[in-house]
Order: sequence, then C-alpha cells, then structure tokens
Amino acid sequence: MTVHSTSPQFKQNAARALNDDQLQKALGNVKQGFIDKRQMAADKLPEFEALRDSARDIKNHTLEHLDLYLEAYEGKVKASGGHVHFARDAQEARDIILNICRDTGAKTVTKGKSMISEEIGINHHLEAHGITPVETDLGEYIIQLRGELPSHIIAPAVHLNATQVEEDFRRVHTHLDAKRDLSEPVQLLTEARAVLRERFLAADVGITGANFLVAETGTSIIVTNEGNGDLTQILPKTHIVLASIEKLVPTLEDVSQLLRVLARSATGQELSVYTTFSTGPRRSTDADGPENYHVVILDNGRSSMLGTAFEEMLRCIRCGACMNHCPVYHAVGGHAYGWVYPGPMGAVLTPSLIGVDKAGHLPNASTFCGRCESVCPVRIPLPKLMRHWREREFERHLTPATVRSGLQLWGFFAKRPALYRFATRAAMGALALAGRQRGRFSWLPMAKGWTKYRDFPAPHGETFQQRWKRERKGARP
Amino acid sequence: MSATPSPSRPAKPRVGLFVTCLVDLMRPSVGFAAVKLLEDAGCIVEAPVQTCCGQPAYNSGDRGTTRDLAMRLIEAFQGYDYVVAPSGSCAGMIKAHYPELFEEDPNWRAKADALAGKTHELTSFLVDVLGVTKVDASYDGTVTYHDSCSGLRELKVKTQPRKLLASVQGLTLVEMQDSDVCCGFGGTFAVKYSDISGAIVEAKAKNIEESRAPTVLAGDLGCLMNMAGKLSRDGRQVQVRHVAEVLAGMTDEPPIGAAKETRGA
Repeated sequence: MTVHSTSPQFKQNAARALNDDQLQKALGNVKQGFIDKRQMAADKLPEFEALRDSARDIKNHTLEHLDLYLEAYEGKVKASGGHVHFARDAQEARDIILNICRDTGAKTVTKGKSMISEEIGINHHLEAHGITPVETDLGEYIIQLRGELPSHIIAPAVHLNATQVEEDFRRVHTHLDAKRDLSEPVQLLTEARAVLRERFLAADVGITGANFLVAETGTSIIVTNEGNGDLTQILPKTHIVLASIEKLVPTLEDVSQLLRVLARSATGQELSVYTTFSTGPRRSTDADGPENYHVVILDNGRSSMLGTAFEEMLRCIRCGACMNHCPVYHAVGGHAYGWVYPGPMGAVLTPSLIGVDKAGHLPNASTFCGRCESVCPVRIPLPKLMRHWREREFERHLTPATVRSGLQLWGFFAKRPALYRFATRAAMGALALAGRQRGRFSWLPMAKGWTKYRDFPAPHGETFQQRWKRERKGARP
Repeated sequence: MSATPSPSRPAKPRVGLFVTCLVDLMRPSVGFAAVKLLEDAGCIVEAPVQTCCGQPAYNSGDRGTTRDLAMRLIEAFQGYDYVVAPSGSCAGMIKAHYPELFEEDPNWRAKADALAGKTHELTSFLVDVLGVTKVDASYDGTVTYHDSCSGLRELKVKTQPRKLLASVQGLTLVEMQDSDVCCGFGGTFAVKYSDISGAIVEAKAKNIEESRAPTVLAGDLGCLMNMAGKLSRDGRQVQVRHVAEVLAGMTDEPPIGAAKETRGA
C-alpha cells in the first residue's frame, strides 16, 4: 500500500460529502446517467443474462488455473518480442516502471487511464524522480490538475461540475489567453485536446492499464472512449502495460464475450468507442507502434485472495455498475471511501488490499440492498462478501464495542424466548405509554442515531405474542 | 378471497406464522392482518413461540449467535406445511441465508434446506403458492408502494403485492419514482451510519411525496418505520402502512407513527 488511505475516517469523509452542495449536485448525474442507459442496453440484448453467466464462468475458470494462464501469457508476450515483469507489491511495480523509464531516458510519460497506477501511486513516484507523468484521459487529466484521486473507476471526475473544471484550466493553462470563453463543456474539451496533443507528441514512454490480458496470444486490451489510450501507447518509443493478475483471460473468444457485458454494464454502450489490442512491440511491417513493449503484472495482495471466499472479487472487470447503482455511493460519492476503489466493489476489495483494520467501515457502510449484485456483469455476490468482512471483523474483535455489547444484550434475550417475551412486554408497554400521545418519539435515549434524522414510531403496547396468547388459547404454545 | 387449489398442496395447509420481531413488538396489527389473509385463503394459522430470525447478528458478522437463533427457529417451525412472514427481509433470511449458515453441518443443513423450501413472504405466498387473485377488502384512496430490497431482490416480490392491491375496492395505486431503490434502513445501518441513512431516506421521502399518493405501503416494517419516521419528521402529510393491513381491510389502527387522534385524517 502506498496511496494514503483515509478509509479509517470514512464517517467524517461521508459527513463532509453530505454537506458539500457542489458534490451533491454532481452526484445527481450518476443517478441520472448510468442506470437507465445500462437498463436499455441490457433490455436490447436477449442473451444478456446468459452472457453474465458466461462471463462469470470464464473468470472463474481463469482464476482456478491462474498460474497456468499467467505462464502461457508470459510465454506469448516474450515470443512477440515483449517483456513481462511480475511485481509482488506496489513498491516493486514502481521500481520496475521507474527503471524502464530511466533506461529510455524518459522525461515525460503519458498515461492512459489505469486504476492500478492509482493503486501503486506511480505518478508521485515518477515526479519524485524527475519524470513528468501526464494523464491523458480527460477525467484523469482534470483530477491530476487538482491533485485528487478518481472518485469513480470509469468516470474519475464525476464528482466535479464544469465550472470547477473551468477554474482549474484557467489556473493551469496560463499560456492561453486569459479572456478566452470556456463557458461551454465543448470548449473545455477542445482546450484539453489541444494541450494534450502536444504532450502525446513529446512523451518518451506511454503507460496504459489493461482491461484484459489474453493468454492465448499475449495480447493486452484496453477499452476507451476518447482514443487517448491509442495515442498513449502508439506514439512513444516505449509502451508499458500495467495490470493486475486477475486481468488474465484464456482466449480472444473469451474476451469477445466479456466485452459484450463490459460496456453495456458500464455506460450502456454496446462497445466502447475504442477497443485496442496490443501484442508486442512494433514489427517491421507495422505502420506504427512502440519499439519496446513491457507488461508489469501486479499482485499486491491479490494472490492471497485466491482459494478464499474473496476469490470471487477477482472476477471484477471494473465496469462501475455496482457504484452506479449504490444508494450509499449516490449519497457520499467515491472520495468518502478513502482509497482507490469506491462503492460496493471497493468495499470488498479495499479491505483485502490495505487491511480490514483500516478499511473496516467500508463493508459495514452498506444497507445490503443488493442492487449492486443484481447488476454485476460477472455476478459477484457483493453483499455476501461484505458480510464476510463483517464476520472477520467480529472474529478479530474489530467490531465497535457499542455494537458488540448491544448485540450481546439483544442475543441474550433472543435466545431465551420466555425471558424475551417478559422483557419485551415490559419494554413495549412502557414505550407505548410514553409515546401514546403523539404516536412517535422525536428523541429516544438509546436511539440517537435514529432520532437525529427521523422520528421513532411508538409501539402499540401489547405485543403480537401477548395478544395471540390471549385471543387464541387453543393454539399450540 | 379466491384461491385456486393445487394438487400438490394440502386442502387446508397448516401455516406457521413467523410474525417477525418488529411486528411482534411494534405493530402486532400487521400480524393479525396476515392471520386474516391466510385464514381467508383457507389456511390453518398458528404462531409458535418465537423471537428473531437472527438477521441483526448475521449482518453484524456474529455467525455464532445467528446459528443459535436459526436452530431455535428451525425447530419451532419444522412441523408446519408452510412458514409465512409478513416481511421479505425475514423470509429472505430463512430462505436465502439459513442454508449457508450450516454449510459444514449436513444434519442441520438438511433441516435448514427443508425450512427454506417451505418459507415464503406473505404476498408471494398468497399469490404464487395459494393462487389467490383477489382479496376481500376496500380502501378508499390512492396509495404508492415501496419495494423493500430483500423481498424484491432475494425473493422476487414485485408483482404479487400489486396484483392483490389491484383487487382492493376503491384503491388506486400510483407508482413513485425509484420505488425499487433502498429507503436507507438496512437494519443496524440506520443507526451506525445515520448520516448516510438519513440522506437516503430523504430522497425516498421526496419520491413518496412527489407521487402525490396520501398513503405509502410496503411489505417490511423496518423500512416502513424508517420512511414513516422521516416523513413525520419533515412534516410531510403521508400515511404509512404495511401492505397486509390494507389487503386485510384492517386499517383501524392509526398509521405507523401517527397518534390515535389523527386517525382517518
């Protein structure tokens, strides 16, 4: 772990997010945009549900034989003239990338969008060693200017509004006319394109992520909508692919199935605008391409998830559908989660990668509404895995003491039906008496969390079991 | 009430009513409404001594306590033809989660599977198992219906309550925006992350009000208490009831969170 995590302060992060009017406005776009588009794309494809099953099966099969596929992939990359580097953790990955950059004498590095690069904090590392990294995905470019982490895995700047972007561009692009008109989003886009075009041409190394690594052919695949990935990997002399171990897929046929659920689940597109396949460095017959082709494959804790309940999380293809459909994400946005991966997938993955002692809030901050699982293209049982984390926390006594003692007290009564009936009868009787007049409480001593935002309805007084016993004496005890 | 008999089911099935702890403690009228609906459909209803399905412990990571409570419930209800709960969440706990609690214990796993197989949420039991197509009730007014998450996604409860509501005389159902989006209750979540829960239920309350229905119904008392508490806190004039009360024509009790005096207001 390298990127600083504020996951332990999740509650404070969330409170701040809830009071941030600008953020709340921006989050409205998540609710509006993604959900309907995904639904329309799914409805248009009769075999969509079957494809989800197939996608799940492909990933499961790959994970079961991951060692074989990693080896096969490595062999194919080498055969095509490329290099494969395995990195156990973030530090190793950073060192490998820095060394490749140094070997090529790189001064600037362009980057396609890559969550793994966020995970290992490569930008800071390169900057600290005198190399300038330039994000070329528009959203990533904007948050790089702001020194922020992505707040969404496919829409990194979704927490921002156009006026904020305008301010950032004016602050950073000081070589441009200060009086230029940037009131329309398209003007921001045009300006970013012009600035980035220079960067593409000047870059010595291009770093991209990978959506898939194909064992059969040694191919890495990225999907983008802006074409920035292609310019990042084709123009510089050296192309570095940075990917984690679970991006492996056996064959191109498998990829074609996964691609059919990926874009539909993410943005509702049938396919992303660009789907780019790269296999090794430029061949003599190629019109363009890099002279050097490196793949850095990161583990960073993932192999320890294999063979555990959390292996299912490694099926994730990073579409973002879970966060697009999550009421908690809608309420607080991605930054509140405090590390690289937000939303339900982050709530499961983050404790695996940085430790549940740090990220314990994340799997707890879910209503278990199940909407994430219902849209996951590879059918990851996200609520179940969040519950597994809660179980780990409970076993390790990381569950907050108030919750633990509350549970113990409740459990004590719930396991003793006679005592339970007696105690609840007394408690409900008293509560009913106290709340008789208004039918509800606006404050209760033991339920401040509840009554801070809503009233607590008063009980009737007599419990069901009391009345049932009274009215239906003939029934079984 | 009319029901279609099915050859695979006893003429007068014995139903164990799992009333759920919230209904037991907070709003027993929902339990009696369920009894009426089940008896009208030809069931013999019994309510064995019971406490809780264990969901609060389960979702807090305490599998030991959950298993203890599950074993008690399995034993209390094993003799019935069916087990019915006026809650998608508690029925879902038994149906979807009890079996996985006993993955390493074949004996209890078999018992959990057997119970899971005969446990149903109230409206889906009436419609899907008993074939009930209409209820004998009237309700003068417009209602909107919130789909509680566990019932909707674990048990596919969506059309069943709406079908039955359509047969209530005088009742009009209007759909709110995002009826299938969580109300922010989430059990202990509502207290542990009250800021977030408060924001989610605020959005829900707004959708309820914008539907312009004076009454909101749902099939889970936890969600109902959450929505009722928020609506009344914000001074929104919406009545909140469990769907079983309306289907059974038992709306004498004041709505959830309302005082006796405001009855019929």
